[in-house]
Amino acid sequence: MAARTGSTDLAFPPNWWARAAWLLFGVYVFYAASHLEFTPARFAVGLEHGAKFVSRLFPPDFKRWELLVKGMVESLQIAVVASALGVLISAPLALFAARNLMPVWASWPARAIMVLCRTFHPVIVAILFVKAVGFGALAGILALTVASIGFLGKLMTEAIEEISLKQVEAVRATGAPFLSVVSYAVVPQVFSRFVGFISYETDANLRNSTMVGIVGAGGIGGTLFAAFQRFDYDFVCAIVLTIIVLIMAGEILTMRIKRVFKV
Amino acid sequence: MSAIVEREWRRFTPAERIGRFAVYFGIVAAIVASLQTVEVIPEFLYDAPEQILDMLRRMWPVAWGFYPEGVHEPMIDSLHIATLGTVAAVFMAVPVAFLAARNVTPYPWLNYAAKLILVSARSVNTLIWALFFVAVFGPGALAGTLAIAFHSIGFTGKLLGEALEEANRGSIEALEASGAPWLSLAIKGYWPQVRPAFWGIVLFRWDINVRESAVLGLVGAGGVGMALDTALNLFQWERAAMILVAIFAVVVVAEIATTQLRKRIL
Repeated sequence: MAARTGSTDLAFPPNWWARAAWLLFGVYVFYAASHLEFTPARFAVGLEHGAKFVSRLFPPDFKRWELLVKGMVESLQIAVVASALGVLISAPLALFAARNLMPVWASWPARAIMVLCRTFHPVIVAILFVKAVGFGALAGILALTVASIGFLGKLMTEAIEEISLKQVEAVRATGAPFLSVVSYAVVPQVFSRFVGFISYETDANLRNSTMVGIVGAGGIGGTLFAAFQRFDYDFVCAIVLTIIVLIMAGEILTMRIKRVFKV
Repeated sequence: MSAIVEREWRRFTPAERIGRFAVYFGIVAAIVASLQTVEVIPEFLYDAPEQILDMLRRMWPVAWGFYPEGVHEPMIDSLHIATLGTVAAVFMAVPVAFLAARNVTPYPWLNYAAKLILVSARSVNTLIWALFFVAVFGPGALAGTLAIAFHSIGFTGKLLGEALEEANRGSIEALEASGAPWLSLAIKGYWPQVRPAFWGIVLFRWDINVRESAVLGLVGAGGVGMALDTALNLFQWERAAMILVAIFAVVVVAEIATTQLRKRIL
């Protein structure tokens, strides 16, 4: 009985290490905010500007819809072609990178290519391709293809490495050549996951294809940037609303496709 | 006997096969249509290897000496932008995630409203958010931080909402039965269950934001991108190369750090 009254176990004992970490983090946030010169005065001025800015956004101006449609179509084309090229390149690359099917000398370089493709933001890659192939949709396509290779390649490699090797051994035991092993033992195991990855990457490419135009790599981004610089804020609003609608439509479409393949 | 032998086994029902065929057909049609209509000037493509070599030649030797005077400080700014942006995003995303989770908020119209917020935040790219905030707050790190924060709401809120929906009913019901108020439900019921997912999401998003913060400067929203923009506009390719090397190093270190931390936490 004495032991029971003496024990002061709390239901939720305080974790002092966690509290200290939170405190340190709070100090960092204040330090960083003051380092970047975030002051309440700037917020106040900004909110005033913001009210004016928002009032100029509305109503959206769809009068120059031809320009809008042209840019959107180009963005769509960039996204479709870049996704297709990305899948075409990253699927074989992922096969090479899978450590359970390939020797080290094949998987290592393939992985290095993927890491390199993933490191730089698509916009930086787009800048380099604009220098290499000039302004226009081609630079955007190449930049997004590089981004797709990095991202799809990584996911596909992980999916291939998680397959069951029993089926691979069974097909190999029949004396099947390498390509038959891939198409009858590997592809059926990863196909539905690949559909998920590819639809995700297509959505991402659609989102990024509206942006690469800012550095001159084609698509609606160029039109948007120009509208911003001319302070055509009502046209900006029209463009951004169209982008949101298009991306939502894209997400619904990929969701439907995933349902067809039962992902 | 013959009936069994003649029976033909098929993996998919006819409806499934028609659906799959329609999807394949649609994809091929989209690719062909895009390839035929996209405006690509083939002459530029033939020229590309030469241009790339020319670019690499201009980038070499890399201006290593430029790092202390012109890259270090904006690089640190970029990291601050990424971190503060992630923190602000989490603060804004948590309430929206609670509204979006169907088991927490039993009002479908609120769920849809929250999901609409999340999808819109995600659909507008970071750079486009940055253009908005530069117009409102003027060029600088504040615009960049807010751009990162608002774009990240979509991603963090969506994943956090899904994590909340997967939370186990049992402990929540126990708390409800004891008469716990909603704040206790959130802190003692949901938080311990979503904590691993939460840290995973935050780390993943921070990693992405480090990459994004490096390009914000191209539209004037602060960080190392501004230095890159200046170097590119003045055709100082050896300085641009230095900045790219610095970005590469930071991104690689950030990725290694987040993978290690994730292993520790999860």
